[in-house]
Amino acid sequence: MTRATSLVWIDYAVMVVYFVFVLGIGFALKRYMRTSTDFFLSGRSIPAWITGLAFISANLGAQEVIGMGASGAKYGIATSHFYWVGAIPAMIFVGIFMMPFYYGSRARSVPEYLKLRFDEKTRGLNAVSFAVMTVFSSGISMYAMGKLFNLLLGWDFNFSMIVSALIVLGYIFLGGLTSAIYNEVLQFFLIVFGFAPLVFLGLRDVGGWDGLKAKLAVVSTANGYAPTALTESWRFMDAPAHNPIGVEWFGLVMGLGFVLSFGYWCTDFLVVQRAMAADSMAAARKTPLIAAVPKMFFPFLVILPGMIALAAGSQAAAPIRAAQAGQRAEARQEGTQARAGEANDAASTNTVGRGIIPPKINEETGQPARDSRGNVVLDYDLATPMMLVHYFPSGMLGLGLTALLASFMSGMAGNVTAFNTVWTYDIYQSYIKRGATDEHYLWMGRAATVFGIALSVAAAYVAASFNNIMDLLQLVFAFVNAPLFATFALGMFWRRTTGHGAFTGLVAGTLAAALHHGLTLSQGAVAGIKGGFLGVAKTYPSELGQTFWTAICAFTTCFVVSIVVSMLTRPRPDAELRGLVYSLTPKPEEAHVEWYKRPAALAIAVLVLTVILNIIFF
Amino acid sequence: MGLDIRLPIGGMFATVGLMLVVYGAATGGDAALYERALGVNINLWWGIAMLAFGLVMLALGRRGAKSPEGVRPAEDTPEGRATEEREHREGLERGH
Repeated sequence: MTRATSLVWIDYAVMVVYFVFVLGIGFALKRYMRTSTDFFLSGRSIPAWITGLAFISANLGAQEVIGMGASGAKYGIATSHFYWVGAIPAMIFVGIFMMPFYYGSRARSVPEYLKLRFDEKTRGLNAVSFAVMTVFSSGISMYAMGKLFNLLLGWDFNFSMIVSALIVLGYIFLGGLTSAIYNEVLQFFLIVFGFAPLVFLGLRDVGGWDGLKAKLAVVSTANGYAPTALTESWRFMDAPAHNPIGVEWFGLVMGLGFVLSFGYWCTDFLVVQRAMAADSMAAARKTPLIAAVPKMFFPFLVILPGMIALAAGSQAAAPIRAAQAGQRAEARQEGTQARAGEANDAASTNTVGRGIIPPKINEETGQPARDSRGNVVLDYDLATPMMLVHYFPSGMLGLGLTALLASFMSGMAGNVTAFNTVWTYDIYQSYIKRGATDEHYLWMGRAATVFGIALSVAAAYVAASFNNIMDLLQLVFAFVNAPLFATFALGMFWRRTTGHGAFTGLVAGTLAAALHHGLTLSQGAVAGIKGGFLGVAKTYPSELGQTFWTAICAFTTCFVVSIVVSMLTRPRPDAELRGLVYSLTPKPEEAHVEWYKRPAALAIAVLVLTVILNIIFF
Repeated sequence: MGLDIRLPIGGMFATVGLMLVVYGAATGGDAALYERALGVNINLWWGIAMLAFGLVMLALGRRGAKSPEGVRPAEDTPEGRATEEREHREGLERGH
């Protein structure tokens, strides 16, 4: 293998140091895991700054680091919408308005809140769908990691997956949620330290932001958009055809900004669990707000590398070709030398890769994959990894790859801790074995960790054909999360909502999502997993546009059905809903706290900063 | 809980930082290695940054570990400050 894809001892040494600390944390925390609350909820004793960083790190798995880099290359700075429109508002909302219910109700999980607020069947539906979704998320992380390290470094796909699965299993089994949280915070700093130099070097190489704008203008016009379509996030949101995302501002704001993002941040137990581990109500409310601050600036760390990859030098063609040699059998090795020469000439045109992003290779034919219009499909997921290989010397390369590895493992860990909690409390304790000792449930939690990981590995082998992980996850979330947020919003803010209403709303919403997906297709896609399996009633300009509208459909259906059915069924008496509904819950006592320390002040500061960022990159 | 998180974080970054500083210093003369980093000895400089960060974290972690778990100085919480202020106002402090 050539220089670009081979690691030297220092790179491996950095990785080993990381693994040692990760497992060491697990061992060190084992003795504090005495009760099931310790294991699943860290004994509700973690300070706000840690839960805040864990909150954002739990979310920062493969889909963020790789997916955002890929989206940055595909959509340009408009990808920041996923952050500034699609995350910050929802994080503020969950911190200020929903945490009092999650934390105050003493629910041990999101499904448990549903049981307290509604009834058993609503909890059951949410628990089962969440458990399945979280296992798939974990599997996707693992698959993406295995594929990446195979492509980049030639590591055996199965080997890297199994080894990382075992390490994650090790530290969660020992230290439970606390171990996951500590490692997530570690991973957060690793990502910052691993990627900041990449952005620094990359920007320096392409000539700063202005140089990047100029280079991307070339790419943009070559793809048929206005020159600044990749470097201005709002200006071209008037119509799907004008921007690379292929969606208009309404679909973006409602689908992504409201339904999908609120659906995720407000109801996904993976992140909410971190806030539930906080040591006080104030800490729980501040957790998402504290998390919002680094979240705001992450676009510069994860999106920019993708954009720079599109613009960076074409001299890197040779290592790219050699990297892909690892993907094929040894017999083909001789062929790569000839191809390297060919790629050197072709790299600056758009028939074989662009910038330092290689084309996606069709595995059967060994040729670049092409879409239905005959254009070469770029392997966008390789944008960020290629950046690491392109700019980092040995040493830093080890750090960058360790940061990548850490983000994958942390994604898995977050999903597994959420899974083992929901399984133990919401499925096992509720339906299979009630009234057992706490020790038994602690044991069950550990067992669930083992089979949760095993199931994730199985899910990893079920691979999807999207060339961008973000798209697939957005679709899955649309099916499950979009109706969920309607249920929670109604449950928390309208006391008239009943259990029957919530349940039927959820079912209707999910069916609506499936129906919408089945009846629509995006341009250039083949009917099947991408939609249109019931016939094509409408074609969207892009997959993301289709996904956003699926989410809007699901949310609206759930909302309407829930209201209608609730009006037809009997609600629970107010006394039972105290502390679970906004109008029946006393507001948190804040008179003695200085104004600048109140959650609301932090929320406003975050909002103002976000608006400013949006304006700068308009 | 129990283990201050700043200790393992500090420990890891100090270790990795030190490793990169040494490696960066040792390979400083290798121009081919740093050509891809635009000639910057990123190992050395960033290693120093990480080492500094790691040491700061370790220091903060050690200082946090000195006070017993759950007990915080009065100035840290609004209730504590209110109590201090009341004690002072009512002359309840020793040696007042």
